[in-house]
Amino acid sequence: MRPELSAKERMQIKRVVMPAQDAAERSRNFKEVNLGLTLEQAQREAQRCLDCKHKPCVAGCPVQVSIPEFVTALAAGDLPKAAKYLKGDNALPAVCGRVCPQEEQCEAKCVHAAKGEPVAIGNLERFVADWALANVDKVEKPEVVAETGKKVAIIGCGPAGLTAAGELRKLGHGVTIFEALHDTGGVLRYGIPEFRLPKSIIDIEVEQLVEQGVEIECNVIIGKTLTLKQLKEQFDVVFIGNGAGLPMMLNIPGENLKGVYAANEYLTRVNLMGAGQSQNSATPIIQGKKVAVIGAGNTAMDCVRTARRLGAERAMIVYRRSEAEMPARLEEIQHAKEEGVELVLLTSPLGIKAEENGWCSALSCQKMALGEPDDSGRRRPVPLEGEVYDLAVDVVVNALGTQANPILTSAAPELELNRWGNIVADETGATNLPGVFAGGDIIRGGATVILAMGDGKRAAAAIDDYLAAN
Amino acid sequence: MFEVVSNEVLAPDLHRMQVKAPRVAAARKAGQFVIVRSAKGDERIPLTIGDADPVAGAITLFIQAIGAATRKLVAIPAGGFIRDVAGPLGMPTEIEKWGRVACIGGGVGTAVLYPMAKALAAAGNSVMTVIGGRSKSLIILADQLSAFSDELKITTEDGSLGRQGFVTAELEVMIADPERRPDAVFAVGPVPMMRAIAEQTRPHGIKTIVSLNPIMIDGTGMCGGCRVVIQGKSKFACVDGPEFDAHQVDFDILIDRLSMYQKEEAHACQLASTATKA
Ligand SMILES: Cc1cc2nc3c(=O)[nH]c(=O)nc-3n(C[C@H](O)[C@H](O)[C@H](O)COP(=O)(O)OP(=O)(O)OC[C@H]3O[C@@H](n4cnc5c(N)ncnc54)[C@H](O)[C@@H]3O)c2cc1C
Ligand SMILES: Cc1cc2nc3c(=O)[nH]c(=O)nc-3n(C[C@H](O)[C@H](O)[C@H](O)COP(=O)(O)OP(=O)(O)OC[C@H]3O[C@@H](n4cnc5c(N)ncnc54)[C@H](O)[C@@H]3O)c2cc1C
Ligand code: SF4
Ligand code: SF4
Ligand code: FES
Repeated sequence: MRPELSAKERMQIKRVVMPAQDAAERSRNFKEVNLGLTLEQAQREAQRCLDCKHKPCVAGCPVQVSIPEFVTALAAGDLPKAAKYLKGDNALPAVCGRVCPQEEQCEAKCVHAAKGEPVAIGNLERFVADWALANVDKVEKPEVVAETGKKVAIIGCGPAGLTAAGELRKLGHGVTIFEALHDTGGVLRYGIPEFRLPKSIIDIEVEQLVEQGVEIECNVIIGKTLTLKQLKEQFDVVFIGNGAGLPMMLNIPGENLKGVYAANEYLTRVNLMGAGQSQNSATPIIQGKKVAVIGAGNTAMDCVRTARRLGAERAMIVYRRSEAEMPARLEEIQHAKEEGVELVLLTSPLGIKAEENGWCSALSCQKMALGEPDDSGRRRPVPLEGEVYDLAVDVVVNALGTQANPILTSAAPELELNRWGNIVADETGATNLPGVFAGGDIIRGGATVILAMGDGKRAAAAIDDYLAAN
Repeated sequence: MFEVVSNEVLAPDLHRMQVKAPRVAAARKAGQFVIVRSAKGDERIPLTIGDADPVAGAITLFIQAIGAATRKLVAIPAGGFIRDVAGPLGMPTEIEKWGRVACIGGGVGTAVLYPMAKALAAAGNSVMTVIGGRSKSLIILADQLSAFSDELKITTEDGSLGRQGFVTAELEVMIADPERRPDAVFAVGPVPMMRAIAEQTRPHGIKTIVSLNPIMIDGTGMCGGCRVVIQGKSKFACVDGPEFDAHQVDFDILIDRLSMYQKEEAHACQLASTATKA
């Protein structure tokens, strides 16, 4: 039973502060920054939940996690029940609890948010999910359903593909994931760093899917190794979750100098290939002392904090707007600042200059000011005439963002795309081709983990209907 | 896991490996490559698919062991396994009927050249082949190439086989001879060689194709590491190439970017050699 407290008493409890590694120390290691709540902290935080009948928080969550239900179960100390609620709605809660932009989603809608201290739903989600990972035997296993004999191919082993795979397997369909890289997880593995999302979590989640009978084939590039057409012949349905892995270029002079990286290369070298993680790692990376990262989204924050951990004395975010417009998660910005990351704001890069030996040495910068709001509602940066200066650097990372990678779609011209090269899909994930569904970044452009998972979940339901009808 | 069917030494540090990879063997076209990783924790390295046998489900790789990753790879014996083989990647060679083509290979570039030359011959071109190397022991695939070449010339820097000098000397003679002047040139080898050939054919307006070898990671256009500059524009060699019009390639940037990890690679080699000693 949840301890009886009055609403007023619940309102008076202060929001829990997530314990974290000391900032100076963690800025030099790759271990997870957030240490996780203790049971006592988590239960106390869970007491703050008012179990609102109209559940505003749930409406803020793209997959409608049963928030009051799992939180009140946690408050009552019934962790298996909390885990059951959570797992029922969210295939990767240990991931979402760590990387969701909660302040814009579930927590933004919490009734406590008006006073600035919403229930720490993300932290609680993480707590329950981690407990479930460590106590597999105490968590109810999904029921084994009879095999339907239907076969679904899933392209891409990121959050969209993994979620669709899990849901479809639960329904008794045969599922095979085809992944281009040599390892699973998509951006969760090659993009988001260990200090934010330990790889062991992805390993366990993937292992559980495999135990449930999901087959995963790495090193298969659809569009190259096999075509979409071949998959359609061999499977009843295909789900495409191949993400948005194509870096946007800066298109400024000097972007091919030595020491200039696209974010995906920088992060892949470290996260997927282990560069800089130990003395004898096979993959090299340039460990700059003065690193400028261009952009201010989650990717930029991950790059700049990685640079710091690789030994940068100056790790800088170069962004054309001000701090208020930075699109990254709030926690990442705060953590980055604590770790000594410098924000070079209202600054737009004009070009990269080199020393004679071809290594980048300076970022030529234009000072900006904020003008009128643009289409996105954010105030448009305008250059301040004559205010140009050089920022000394030895590594530059372009974290402008990514767009749809055409390797699959260019080999399947029958698939309808929008003008940005994203696959066109309706709200169930159905594309213009019968039996072909899509979700995640490939239909949205660079979005979020939870939106990709939501797509995977909705598509799985639609695929199940499709299989029943056909 | 991908089984190594055979592994032979063709020349010092040059191996021919046949690897079971049925899907790659079935899909592959001349000019494409695979990305290979020997074992967990190793580097991903791009290697041209030298040949493929779709019936046996095997591909042939020619591997020059120059650094830590390639040495580890060639040390895998027949019957052993390579952990990852992904492909076929890159655009296939544009095979056209040009008429007379010169196919020029330098060092291990000859292995990359081989499938291109074979496909060009099969398309009805008359193929004149020139292969070069430092000395006789480094000349590879001469017999295999001469099987479909109308003529085969060899150059060695020390004169131990064929003409003494560089491949460019043989190309010079061909261009000067109206009977042998090529309609197109395909050149694969060290970057300085490809650059020299580009400069040689440019004044004559002879179409020249080179296969570029920037450092790669994923090979699918995801990381942007393999950027090359073609006609002033950044291209990703793994998806837009690896073959490009030689007259549009910025070779300076290619050479420069290839040297990005020189210091780190020397370190990796040292680690690998201490590991073998231990
Ligand atoms: C550095 C970084 C940090 C981020 N931080 C956050 C965060 O904190 N919170 C958040 O919510 N979101 C974050 N995002 C965004 C989030 O990671 C993505 O929106 C999400 O991963 C999209 O999921 P997906 O399944 O659609 O694609 P992906 O995760 O991109 O997975 C796609 C998979 O498909 C594979 N693939 C691609 N092409 C093929 C092919 N032709 N054949 C076979 N396989 C193929 C890829 O290799 C990859 O494994 C971040 C993104 C980046 C890059
Ligand atoms: C599309 C493509 C096709 C290729 N095909 C073949 C092939 O069929 N057979 C073959 O033997 N090699 C081929 N290569 C080159 C091969 O990938 C490199 O030799 C290999 O990556 C070197 O790895 P390493 O760790 O053994 O050496 P490293 O220690 O990484 O490098 C040793 C030396 O090689 C240079 N080097 C590093 N990377 C490359 C590179 N990508 N290309 C050329 N030099 C490099 C370094 O600057 C250094 O001097 C190809 C490369 C590309 C991009
Ligand atoms: S999945 Fe994300 S948005 Fe939904 S409840 Fe969990 S943390 Fe909040
Ligand atoms: S809105 Fe806040 S207090 Fe209300 S149920 Fe949701 S988490 Fe609990
Ligand atoms: S190797 Fe990564 S984009 Fe070409």
